[in-house]
Amino acid sequence: MASILKVQDLTKTYKSGSKNLTVLKNVNFEIEKGTSFAIVGASGSGKTTLLGLCAGLDSASSGSVVLNGHALEKLNEDERAAVRNQNVGFVFQNFQLLPTLTALENVMVPMELRREKNIRSRSMELLDRVGLAERSDHYPTQLSGGEQQRISIARAFSNQPAILFADEPTGNLDEETSLKVEELLFSLNQEAGTTLVLVTHDLELANKTNRIIRIKGGQLIFDSQSAEAEILG
Amino acid sequence: MSSKNNQLRSGSSFNWLLLMAWRDARKSKSRLFLFISSIILGIAALVAINSFSINLKSDIEGQAKELLGADLELSSNQADFNYAFLDTLNTEVAFENSFASMVFFPKNQSSRLVDVRALGGGFPFYGIIEASPQTAANSFKSGGAKALVDQSVMIQYDIQAGDTVRIGQVKFIIEGALLGSPSQSMAATLVAPAVYIPLDYMEATGLIQKGSRVEYRKFYKINDLPTDFNLDQRVRADRETLREAGISADTVEERKDDTGRTFDNLTSFLNLVAFVALLLGCVGVASAVHIYIKEKIRTVAILRCLGAKGSDAFLIYLIQIAVIGLIGSTLGAFSGTLLQAVLPKVFADFLPVEVSYSISWVSVIGGIFTGLVVSILFALSPLLAVRKASPLLVLRNTEESNAAKDPLRWLVMAGIFIFILGFAYLQIRDFANSLWFTFSILLAFGFLIGIAKIAMWTVKKFFPSNWNYTWRQSLANLYRPNNQTTILIASIGLGTSLIATLYFIQSLLIGQVEITTDKGRPNMLLFDIQTYQKDKIAELTKEAGLPLLQQVPVVTMRLSSINDSTLSMVLADSTTQVRSSTFNREWRVTYRDSLIESETIAEGQLKPYLNEGDSVFVTIDKDYGRGNFELGDKLVWNVQGVPITTYVGGFRAIDWGRIQTNFLVLFPEGVLERAPQFHVLITRVNSTEQGALFQRDIVKNYPNVSVIDVGLILNVVDEILGKISFVIRFMALFSIITGLLVLIGSVILSKFQRVRESILLRTLGGSKKQILTINSLEYFILGSLASLSGILLSLAGSWALAFFIFETAFVPAFLPMILVYLAITGLTVLIGLLNSRGILSKSPLEVLRSEIQ
Repeated sequence: MASILKVQDLTKTYKSGSKNLTVLKNVNFEIEKGTSFAIVGASGSGKTTLLGLCAGLDSASSGSVVLNGHALEKLNEDERAAVRNQNVGFVFQNFQLLPTLTALENVMVPMELRREKNIRSRSMELLDRVGLAERSDHYPTQLSGGEQQRISIARAFSNQPAILFADEPTGNLDEETSLKVEELLFSLNQEAGTTLVLVTHDLELANKTNRIIRIKGGQLIFDSQSAEAEILG
Repeated sequence: MSSKNNQLRSGSSFNWLLLMAWRDARKSKSRLFLFISSIILGIAALVAINSFSINLKSDIEGQAKELLGADLELSSNQADFNYAFLDTLNTEVAFENSFASMVFFPKNQSSRLVDVRALGGGFPFYGIIEASPQTAANSFKSGGAKALVDQSVMIQYDIQAGDTVRIGQVKFIIEGALLGSPSQSMAATLVAPAVYIPLDYMEATGLIQKGSRVEYRKFYKINDLPTDFNLDQRVRADRETLREAGISADTVEERKDDTGRTFDNLTSFLNLVAFVALLLGCVGVASAVHIYIKEKIRTVAILRCLGAKGSDAFLIYLIQIAVIGLIGSTLGAFSGTLLQAVLPKVFADFLPVEVSYSISWVSVIGGIFTGLVVSILFALSPLLAVRKASPLLVLRNTEESNAAKDPLRWLVMAGIFIFILGFAYLQIRDFANSLWFTFSILLAFGFLIGIAKIAMWTVKKFFPSNWNYTWRQSLANLYRPNNQTTILIASIGLGTSLIATLYFIQSLLIGQVEITTDKGRPNMLLFDIQTYQKDKIAELTKEAGLPLLQQVPVVTMRLSSINDSTLSMVLADSTTQVRSSTFNREWRVTYRDSLIESETIAEGQLKPYLNEGDSVFVTIDKDYGRGNFELGDKLVWNVQGVPITTYVGGFRAIDWGRIQTNFLVLFPEGVLERAPQFHVLITRVNSTEQGALFQRDIVKNYPNVSVIDVGLILNVVDEILGKISFVIRFMALFSIITGLLVLIGSVILSKFQRVRESILLRTLGGSKKQILTINSLEYFILGSLASLSGILLSLAGSWALAFFIFETAFVPAFLPMILVYLAITGLTVLIGLLNSRGILSKSPLEVLRSEIQ
C-alpha cells in the first residue's frame, strides 16, 4: 500500500537562551494511506511537536516530512498552507473554531479557500452528518464543547482530506460526549477513506487505531507495527 | 512540478477576502468603530478649516473690490498730489484725509485718541460703510457737523447717537456707531479707533498745522475701463515714479493678494493644529489596532492552519481597517462640513469679508482620502504581525511576535515620516520648516514614549515587593503584557502638552505687556507736540504733579539712496539684500548725543557732529540694520525736501519691549534742529482718574496733541490676545477631545484585556472594593504619568518658544500646572472607573458570557 506520510530522521531543536533544547530526535516512521495511526506519550514527550511537523504547521530543524508527495521542508509557509488546504484536515483538543463565524461558515471556510462550488449545500450535508444541521447559524460561543468538536470534525472533512490530524480530540470532553465524537471520527474516516493520525495519551482511544507509536523524551520508543512484526516473525 | 507549485500558490479570491473581513468584523463593529472614532475629530477639523479657507479665498476674490472700496487708492502725506495717467480716464474720486487726534466727549468729560477720517465724495464705491443705524453711514455727510464714531469707543464711554464729540475746535453731533468700513483693519481699529467726519469740516477743527501727520487718500472709481486693460499692471509699472512723487498706490489686486496671504498663513497654522489632533487620533488607531490584532492572532493561526496564506489574513484585516477608516473619515468630513458653519463666528473679529457657506468637495474628498491614508498607514505597523502569524499557535498557547524584526516595519515608519513631512509641506510650503515641524512632532512622541518605557523599567526594576497587594497589583499592571502605559502616556501626554503650552505662552505674552506697566515705568505718551508748545506742555505736566520722564524731538524723512543706489537700482540688482521697504517707509528719527537706558552700542560708536561741514554719522538698530546696512554706508535722506548725506557710524541693540521712544535711526545733535519736527513727551500717571484729568486738560488746551494711554493699550492687547487665544483654544479643543476619545478607547480596550483577570480575581475571592482600588490606582498612576509628562513637554516647548521666538525669560506658573495635572489625572481615573463598573456590578459568570467570545 502507498504511503501518505513519510517521516525521516526528524529532529526539532529550540533555542532557549544560550542553550539548545532538542524536543524531537531522529524520529522515523511511515504511514500508509487509509489507515489509522496513534501517537501516544506523556505530557511534554514531544508528540504535539511531532504532529505540528507532520502537518506542516512548523518546520523541522533537520530531517524530512513527505506529506502526500510534498516534501514539506522544501516549501515555504504559504506553500505549506496550500498543502494543508488541499490534503489535511484538523481536529484540535480545544476545537479552534473561528469565534466570529457561524457553525456553517466555519465548515465552509476550507472549501471557500479552495474556491469550490456548491459549498453551502455540501456544508449543510456535513453538519447534518454530525447531527448539527439545525444549529448551523449558531456561533461557537452558543454551542457546547461536544457540539463545537462535532462542528470541527465536519470542518475537518469538508475538504475531503487525504489525511486527518487530531490532537487530543476528546481531551476537553466528558466520557459520554467523547464516545460520540470518537465514533463520528472513526466512521467518517472509514467512509471517506481518510488516513487518521491521532495524538493522545488516552490508550483506550489509541487502541482503536491500526497502529500506535510511543514517544518519550523526543524519541520514538515503541512502534506497534514493528512489535507485531517481531512477534509474528 | 511547476503545475504543482502553481496549484500550491493558488490564493484566495478578493470576494472571499471581503466576505471574511465582513464575517470577522460583524461581531467587533463597535470596537472597530472605537478605533476609528479617534480620527473623526481630526478629519472634521481639517475639512472644516480647509473648506472655510477655500470659501474665504473665493469670497476674497468675489468681494475684492469691496475690500478696497474703490478701483484704486492713492495716498500721500502731502495734500496735493496727482497721478497723471488717471487724467486720461473717466473717473470718480473720493477723498479721505486721516490723522490721529484726541477727541473729547462733553457728556462725561472724557477724551480718547482716535483716527479722525475726514471723508468727501462717494467712498466707498464698492461695499458699504457699516453703521448703526445704517442710515448714519450717509447722513453724517449730508451737511452740518456730524460724525460717525467707532462702536467700541461709544460703548467704552457710554455715548449714544445724538451725543456730541469735540474734535479740535468743532463740536460734532454723533449720527451713529461705525461698525466697519473697507479702509479699516481690526488691529488699527483697536489701537486708534476711527471717527468719520465730513471733509468740509477738517480745516475747521484747526488741528491741521505745519508738521501735522496727515495721510491724504484719494479713492478712484474708474468708469468704462477697457476690459483688456490691466490697471494693476499699469500701476505696478508706475510704482517707482509714484514713489518718487511721495505717492503710495493700492489696487484691488494688491489688496486681494495681501489679504489672501495673511489668511493663508492663518489657515495653514490652524491646519497644522488640526493635523496634530489627527496625529493624536492616529496614535490611538495604531494602539487600538495593535491590541485588536493581538486578540485576533489566534483566529489568524486557525485560518493559516486551514490553508489561508499570510497575505490573505493580512488583507482581511487591512480591508476591515480601510472600510472602517473610510466610514470614520466620511463621518469626519461630514461633521467638518457642518462645523465649517461655526468658523466664521469664531473668526468674526479677524475676517475682512463676509464668508459664505458652501460645501467644498475638494476639502471633503481630500479629508476622506487623508483619513483613509492615515488609518491604513498607522494600522500597518501592528497589522504586519498578521503576515508572520504561525499556524502553530493553534497547538500551543504561546505568544510570539516577529513584527519587530519585520523589515517592512521600517518601510511603514518611513511612510509615516514622509506623510507627516508631506502634509506639513503642503500647508506651509517651506521644506526646512516642514522638517522642523515633523521632527518636533517625532521628538515629542519620542520623549513621551521614552518616559513610558523608563517608567515601566523603573517600576519593574525597583518593584516594592513589600507593599500591600492592591498597590503591587496596580503597579505591576504598568509593565505586564497588554499594558496601556505607552499609548496612554503618548496620547494623553501630547494632548496635555498642547493645551498647557498654549496657556503658558498666552500668560507669557500678557505678562510681558504687564511688566511694562510696572511701578515707575512710563505709561503715558504725548505726541504731535509742536516746537512752540513743548515748554508749555512740560510746564502743564509738572503742574499736574507728573514726572517729565522724556522729551524727544521727532523728524520725519525718507531714504533716497544707499551708497548712491536708489530704489530702482536696488530693485534691479538681484544680489543685494536691501529690502525695498527701507526706501518706501517714512522714517521717524530723533537726534541726541547719548544713549538711553533701553539701548546699548553693539558695533561702531556714537559720533557727535562737532563742526559745520563734518560728515554726519548716524546709528541704526542692530536687527534692522542686518542685511540692509554696513558700517560706513553712505545714506542720503530726503528731510521734507532737503537732502542730507550721512554715514552709518554704528549699530545699537534696542530693547523694544519697554515703553520708551526708541528709534531705528539716531542722528547726532546739530543737524536736524531746524527741520520741521514735532515732540514726544513721556510721563507716568498713577491712576486712571489722574490720567483722565491730565488728558482732558491737554485736549482742552492743546487739541492737536495726541495722548496714548498705555493702560488702555494694555486692555487692547489683552483683548486681542483674548481673541487670538480663543481661536487657538477652539482648535486645541479638537486635540483635547481626540485625546479624551483615545483615552476612552484605550481604557475600553484595556477592559477587554483585563476583564479575564478581574473576573479571575473575583472568582478567587477578591472583593469589589479591592478590584476597584486596583483599577483606580492603575489609572491614577497612568493619568499622573501622562499629565506630568505632558506638562514637562509643554514646559520645554514653552521655554524654547520664549527663548528663541519671543526672546524673553520663561517663568512657569505653578497653579495652572497643578490644575492641569488634577484635571487630566481625575478624568483618566473617572473614565477608567466608569468602564470597569460593568465588571463589578455583575456576577463573574454573567460577565464572562457577555464579554468573552
